[in-house]
Amino acid sequence: MTGTDIRNLCLSALALGICALLPLSGSGYWLSIGVTIVMFTALATSWALFSGPTHYISLATAAFFGVGTYVTGLGFETLPFWSLVGIAAVLGAVLAALVGLATLRLSGVYFVIFTLGLAELVRQVITWVQNRSGQKGLYVLTDISEADIYWMLLALAGAVFLAGWLIGRSRLGFALRIIGDDETVAVHSGINTALSKVLLFMVPGSVAAMTGAILAPRYVYIEPSLAFAPMLSFQVVIMALLGGAGRLWGPLVGVIPFTLLWESISSSFPQQTTLLLGVAFLVIVYLLPRGFVGLLDQIRQRAAPKDPEAQA
Amino acid sequence: MNTPVLSLRNVTKRFGGLVAVNAMTFDVAEHQVMGLIGPNGSGKSTTMNLISGALKVSGGEVLLRGSPITTLPAEQINRRGIARTFQLVRLLPSMSVLENVVAGAVFGHRRRWGHEARTHAESLLARVGLEGKGHLRVGQLTYIDTKRVELARVLASDPKLLLLDEWLAGLNPTELQIGISLIKSLRDDGRTIILVEHVMDAIRSLCDTCVVMASGTKIAEGTPQQVLSDPDVIRAYLGDDDV
Ligand SMILES: Nc1ncnc2c1ncn2[C@@H]1O[C@H](COP(=O)(O)OP(=O)(O)OP(=O)(O)O)[C@@H](O)[C@H]1O
Ligand SMILES: [Mg+2]
Repeated sequence: MTGTDIRNLCLSALALGICALLPLSGSGYWLSIGVTIVMFTALATSWALFSGPTHYISLATAAFFGVGTYVTGLGFETLPFWSLVGIAAVLGAVLAALVGLATLRLSGVYFVIFTLGLAELVRQVITWVQNRSGQKGLYVLTDISEADIYWMLLALAGAVFLAGWLIGRSRLGFALRIIGDDETVAVHSGINTALSKVLLFMVPGSVAAMTGAILAPRYVYIEPSLAFAPMLSFQVVIMALLGGAGRLWGPLVGVIPFTLLWESISSSFPQQTTLLLGVAFLVIVYLLPRGFVGLLDQIRQRAAPKDPEAQA
Repeated sequence: MNTPVLSLRNVTKRFGGLVAVNAMTFDVAEHQVMGLIGPNGSGKSTTMNLISGALKVSGGEVLLRGSPITTLPAEQINRRGIARTFQLVRLLPSMSVLENVVAGAVFGHRRRWGHEARTHAESLLARVGLEGKGHLRVGQLTYIDTKRVELARVLASDPKLLLLDEWLAGLNPTELQIGISLIKSLRDDGRTIILVEHVMDAIRSLCDTCVVMASGTKIAEGTPQQVLSDPDVIRAYLGDDDV
């Protein structure tokens, strides 16, 4: 580890510590916005760990998230809460592995459609099972407070950053960057591309399921249309792309302004949120394909003096 | 006698009705540079693709040191020790020159990681004449330098067999001389190489043996002098009508 690494780790730990103080402010409004921000930070950052290097756009976040909320919904009365988060993590990872094995050999566009369909499929299955048992949803009545949820999600987001940092330095992370650049070169350099992609896809799957499990008590009552809302998948993609999926901290740069903006927009125009989300999606894809961070890199590259050897 | 590094036994590839490679059989001995030559569309690249696992054979067998690799996926063939370049250079555009070479060192036949991989990649960059250019983006390179990076990348895993598909194509006369002496130096290192090539000078000065293909079939085999004076070969290159 170099000096810069240690400095960055210390700074990140310090930032995390400062964020952990938010619930002490006593403001319910800011705490609730804080929960949303850390939730999307965990979701978008883990999403970008996979989709950044591979350029595969996954719309499966809602599927994993929904599975997580249902783990809590079904198990909170019988099992300790921490174990539910663990079960969600494993289930999310397994589901992601299955989806990965089934789809990652497909080309990009089929992957997008499949992941979107997956969330819908899981939702329909759960709705069907519930209808047979005569219920519409589940009550999740716990003594877990909003501040507890905030702290758990913050710890999860911290873990995602740590995992992302470690993956970025690992062979797996390097393999994924090579795959993203040129899959043919990757294959002929000895990389098992299918295995690498499946392994990394398990990370966002697991994180989204844990996020769902942690957030379930906040909803009090969960039903499939809430737990598997496709809107969530799109929000995550938009935030990650807005910030820039090419860097570990890129999505965070998108999450904060988007959450704040979204909060005010959706309270002023509650009927038009889906429309606005769609517009935001188009604007980002057209104007900022590599996100804020990509834009900054571009500006920096232009400003930097040209390498004299390059002209030789 | 030693087992050949590579043997093809009746290797055939069909694309629908087209037989691109027809019952190819040849051996490549250790430390040998074999030229795979023939007119455009004769099936040279397809043969390279079959050896490296980019394409699956329709029939026949490929043996590496006597053991079959015919059905292995491409990444495992690479791990067993066959590394290739591409007829159209393929580099990793988002990475530096050094990272491009490291990419060849991490997952292949001989695996290295971290500091060891970097120093190895740096020494290979020096080996192919790119000393001090490791930090550049690949977009900043001249054409011959992109070829050098690709060569360094395939060398990085210490392969038993190198497949170079028209590595010298597109170079200007000065660069061609540089390229030929670079490959000559690899031969002097005792590397085993299959070279697909159109440049006759290069074939004469680099190859120990040649296999000549026409329309997917082997029509001649021998030293460069032998095959290049073979009437069948001359006819294949000039086209039947001219003879
Ligand atoms: N993937 C493919 N699908 C269908 N036909 C193919 C495919 N690849 C090659 N071919 C055909 O197989 C034949 C041999 O092609 P190949 O690329 O091996 O020739 P080559 O000897 O490398 O030629 P060149 O000197 O032009 O590179 C050609 O007729 C080509 O059109
Ligand atoms: Mg060819």
